[in-house]
Amino acid sequence: MESMHYESPATVAEAVRLLSDAPPGSARVLAGGTDLLVQMRIGRIDPALIVDVKRIPETRGVAVRDGALVIGASLETMTLRRAPDLEKNFPGLAEAAALIGSDQIQGRASLGGNLCNASPAADTVPALIVLGAQAEIAGPEGTRRVPVAEFVTGPGSTVLGRGEFLVSLHVPLPAPRSADAYLRLIPRTEMDIAVVGSAVSVTLDAGGTCTAARVVLGAVAPTAIEVPEAAAALIGSTLDDAALGRAGQAATAACNPINDMRGTVEYRRKVAAVLTRRAAAKAAERAAGRN
Amino acid sequence: MGRIHVRTRINGEATEFLCDPRQTLLDALRDELQLTGTKEGCTTGDCGACSVTLDGLLVCSCLVLAAETEGHDVGTIEGMAQGETLHPLQQKFLEHAALQCGVCTPGFLVAAKALLDREPDPSEKQVRYALAGNLCRCTGYDKIIRAVLDAAAELRGDTR
Ligand SMILES: Cc1cc2nc3c(=O)[nH]c(=O)nc-3n(C[C@H](O)[C@H](O)[C@H](O)COP(=O)(O)OP(=O)(O)OC[C@H]3O[C@@H](n4cnc5c(N)ncnc54)[C@H](O)[C@@H]3O)c2cc1C
Ligand code: FES
Ligand code: FES
Repeated sequence: MESMHYESPATVAEAVRLLSDAPPGSARVLAGGTDLLVQMRIGRIDPALIVDVKRIPETRGVAVRDGALVIGASLETMTLRRAPDLEKNFPGLAEAAALIGSDQIQGRASLGGNLCNASPAADTVPALIVLGAQAEIAGPEGTRRVPVAEFVTGPGSTVLGRGEFLVSLHVPLPAPRSADAYLRLIPRTEMDIAVVGSAVSVTLDAGGTCTAARVVLGAVAPTAIEVPEAAAALIGSTLDDAALGRAGQAATAACNPINDMRGTVEYRRKVAAVLTRRAAAKAAERAAGRN
Repeated sequence: MGRIHVRTRINGEATEFLCDPRQTLLDALRDELQLTGTKEGCTTGDCGACSVTLDGLLVCSCLVLAAETEGHDVGTIEGMAQGETLHPLQQKFLEHAALQCGVCTPGFLVAAKALLDREPDPSEKQVRYALAGNLCRCTGYDKIIRAVLDAAAELRGDTR
């Protein structure tokens, strides 16, 4: 085993400098470590430098700023879930965050790590995309914003370039009569990886007609996928059974899943429809209750 | 490989130790500090045998680098009893025979205490969910759940 260095910089600039100075591919950012340390343990990766970003204040907080909920990239979900602004504004994102692992895992796991790990089954990624969340990235050229929808480019790969890391997630506060929902299916009731995840956000007008919607599926393709055809089936409807059914069919058609021990291709396609219907109905019910 | 000097608090006491950069908190507790109450099961976050608290939050010590604890507070099973007096959770685990081989027990106790600290009156379902990250291969869980509910009642002063 080569020697490894551990650094815990206190500023964004210092973290960028450490990451930029490291030879390409040799450094890893550490947030909660619930993916990273497991991957090191099983020998999948062997970084020469670990940059722990948890001492950097910008990666830690959760607060409403400029019309968005700003979530520090390294903030553990157990603390995030206690933030009064999360559940109230984004019940779907809150339910996705609550699904990650056990209480022990929740004591460490962050939304930033969930996103940067770039697993197709990451639970909070579909939930962030339907909300139009943006990722704030710091790097040698300063900071930039990228929609979460464009952040993951394939299993295990992201838009992050050399010397860059994720600082925070910016989730625009919901418009009136808007709400989100996230549902996933796993073979057990706790502690497993999604067979399918479906996130839906909707906006209703005063008469209950859907004026805007987004539908994103997890675990059915190499990355989370947005299904505009499913959203189109919802928009203009009153989210009646026929519209929900069409959205479900569109979800099935968009799936490009794998066969594995958790589910066959056919099963995943079918479950994608069921979860999308139910998530859309749940989001609609929540939206109707908000004025 | 350079050893790292870490200053932390363990069960309320200021503690310093040296660790390797790759060493987990679990290994540092057991191998550097001889606090062997915290157990190793899977080393991948699945079994909860290594449960400790970090600044009051329940975590798997196998998924924390020892170096990360610099300046932080760690709570282990060794901090649970007051001298010779067992914590009500420990007492109830004995009374309900909620252990057999005992390897999972420190992890269950630490996790159960974390639950009762934030939710003194949990439902059975809440207890089962809160302990879903702890595996036991011996007891079948029921006795553990009953011991936790009974300890919660005692801590609340209920005489049901
Ligand atoms: C027992 C167990 C159960 C789990 N259950 C679930 C589950 O139900 N659903 C689910 O989605 N996941 C689950 N996971 C996976 C994991 O917990 C989540 O993906 C978690 O959100 C990762 O966050 P972290 O802070 O621990 O990331 P880390 O492990 O610290 O990092 C993950 C990856 O992202 C990179 N990274 C982290 N932060 C940044 C940053 N700010 N900038 C750039 N790169 C960064 C790291 O270098 C690493 O490659 C589980 C894991 C375990 C061990
Ligand atoms: S040893 Fe840490 S969870 Fe199993
Ligand atoms: S008592 Fe043996 S594993 Fe729980």
